[in-house]
Amino acid sequence: MDTITLTIDGQQVEVQQGATLLEAARELGIEIPTLCYHPDLSLHGSCRVCVVEDVKSGRLLASCVAPVNNGMEISTNSSKARVARKTNVELLLANHPNDCLGCDRNGSCELQDITHDLGITRVDFEGEKRDLPVDASGPSLKREPNKCILCGRCVRVCEEVQGVSALEFTERGFNSIVSTGFDLPQSEVNCANCGQCATVCPTAAITEISEVDKVWAALEDDTKHVVVQTAPSIQSSLGEEFGMEPGTVVTGQMAAALRRLGFDKVFTTDFAADLTIMEEGNEFIQRFKGEKNLPHITSCCPGWVKFCEHNYPDLISHLSSAKSPMSMFSAISKSYYAEESEIDAKDIYTVAIMPCTAKKFEKDREELVGDTDAVLTTRELARMIKEMGIKFETLADEKYDEMLGAHTGAGTIFGTTGGVTEAALRTVKEELDGEPLGRLGLGFEGIQEASLEVAGQTVNVAIANGLANASKLLDEVRAGNSKYHFIEVMACPNGCVGGGGQPLPTSKEIKQKRALGLRSIDESDSIRKSHENPMIKKLYDDYLGEPLGGHSHHLLHTKYQKRDRN
Amino acid sequence: MGQCQCGNSAESKEKYLAPLKTILEGYEGKQKDLIPVLQKAQDEYGYLPEEVIKEIANALNLSLSQVYGVVTFYSQFHLEPRGENIIRVCLGTACHVRGGGQVLNKIKEELGVDDGETTEDLKFTLESVACIGACGLAPVIMINDDTHGRLTPDKIPAILDKYKA
Repeated sequence: MDTITLTIDGQQVEVQQGATLLEAARELGIEIPTLCYHPDLSLHGSCRVCVVEDVKSGRLLASCVAPVNNGMEISTNSSKARVARKTNVELLLANHPNDCLGCDRNGSCELQDITHDLGITRVDFEGEKRDLPVDASGPSLKREPNKCILCGRCVRVCEEVQGVSALEFTERGFNSIVSTGFDLPQSEVNCANCGQCATVCPTAAITEISEVDKVWAALEDDTKHVVVQTAPSIQSSLGEEFGMEPGTVVTGQMAAALRRLGFDKVFTTDFAADLTIMEEGNEFIQRFKGEKNLPHITSCCPGWVKFCEHNYPDLISHLSSAKSPMSMFSAISKSYYAEESEIDAKDIYTVAIMPCTAKKFEKDREELVGDTDAVLTTRELARMIKEMGIKFETLADEKYDEMLGAHTGAGTIFGTTGGVTEAALRTVKEELDGEPLGRLGLGFEGIQEASLEVAGQTVNVAIANGLANASKLLDEVRAGNSKYHFIEVMACPNGCVGGGGQPLPTSKEIKQKRALGLRSIDESDSIRKSHENPMIKKLYDDYLGEPLGGHSHHLLHTKYQKRDRN
Repeated sequence: MGQCQCGNSAESKEKYLAPLKTILEGYEGKQKDLIPVLQKAQDEYGYLPEEVIKEIANALNLSLSQVYGVVTFYSQFHLEPRGENIIRVCLGTACHVRGGGQVLNKIKEELGVDDGETTEDLKFTLESVACIGACGLAPVIMINDDTHGRLTPDKIPAILDKYKA
């Protein structure tokens, strides 16, 4: 492809034809502020915060969308460009509520950051402030259209990455808002509750529904025995909230912080991930041997499950009936754990710390209601730790409590794309032919596949992260030309490490660092196979009997429901 | 808003949506044809009820939000039932200076509706428009495809009577 040579701020740069001015500037290490631009999404060019001056013509160009031309001379910081940029941000602020102090995103807001970086100390424009209703109908996400700057990132992620399009621009001109069809509440539309919109929103127009107050109340209630489980992926992301590098493993400090918050027992969802593998792995073996309901499709991701119910109701029978690790953990906490600890199950309050907003929806599903009492995102947990005045980074490592705190590397990698597959195959292969699984060699792409020989037969597996990618695999299944036996779907890009409840800001690089953090835990773990988890063995010996047996089936499996496409 | 008139039974819903099914034939999955499909559906139903929009979204493989976004963007689409007769009162410059406002007020008074509203008996929908290109006849209104020009408020009742039958 041809290259283009141009000059930016006096420095010459050569870039590919078709590149944007923003890309060319970044090549030179020149940062131009952006708002509506997002590296993972299509170009929009609506906010005009990234304007630069074309010196020859004197025209202002939105650098995120303007293509490079040979011989261009661009100034990113001429007085004309700086004044225009500042004015454009001031115009956004003129319509934006001035309530940063009480805002969910105070401290992590891109609009606030740009305002600060551009040195805007007052807004001279008196703009109309809107008073649109807040949608907190839940269960996962809250929309506050008054805080929306119409950058359209949520609309684009919902359409392009997730293929859901629950959010869309509606109305026109000053009346434009991002809304749902007929402005229906979030709880009544085809939304998967994945929360990717919340992770790309530069302001607090979309945030999680907070359950922090509920959890404080439970912790302060002496009649409640409050247990907490932490999802695998939190271990390598929570540290970011306290200034650590993405991917830093903070399992020990997290356990310590949870004890300081007052949880009676600190357990891990990794334990229940091992339990999921025992149930789901055996379910897959049954289906594989009987050639029934193949491909077998994972069901631990609640965003994916709801998406499937809306868009592929005809394929529900392919979903594993195994509950997710979170719901398995909660069910065990109120049965086996209650009996072993001689605590009345009704006094047990189970809190789940999840990287996920859809887990809040899962908790409330009619099939699962009562298992889990509260779901907090990684961000909400960090807020509680800060509120308590705990100096997270200075805490000494502590361990999970015994019993439901026993974990393996297999359970840990559930938090990243491909992890469920790898964990399942480690157990399935050994069960079928007694041989350990070699390397699957999975990366981070949106769709991946692998084949392996198991007991003389070939098992084809596929992995999708991002719901639009999942659709590509599911369309093949629907058309009857899928070659796969096992499909893993995680709704969020890169899996749970990229979840809708994870620390902000986030990016592909940050998500991959978190994933590598989880892999490092797995690699250094002395036990790396779910079926070798000693507490899992004990749980089956003492209480559950066999995987898929009567007791397991009752406690650990669930049903799904058909939902309308729209 | 925009409730369908089909009643609750599955049978009456099917009957209500039958003309739409005919319109949608050949458009399955054709997202780019959304606007013509919406126009045809609105010609059939007079407006775009929620049930109709849902069917269109499903047939064209779009989400409800995507279709709703298009419907609310264009002023040609309506989410509320429309009157049998559409009155468009011109408030362009020429009509404005020659008393278009008084004509509009008289119609509001006669019909008991505000600008943009429809009478309860669904006979009339009243709208003001910027210019209909008949400045020589100012102040002018259009009822459906008929043009009524050089109006004064006292001429309004007789004109409306013609459409009440």
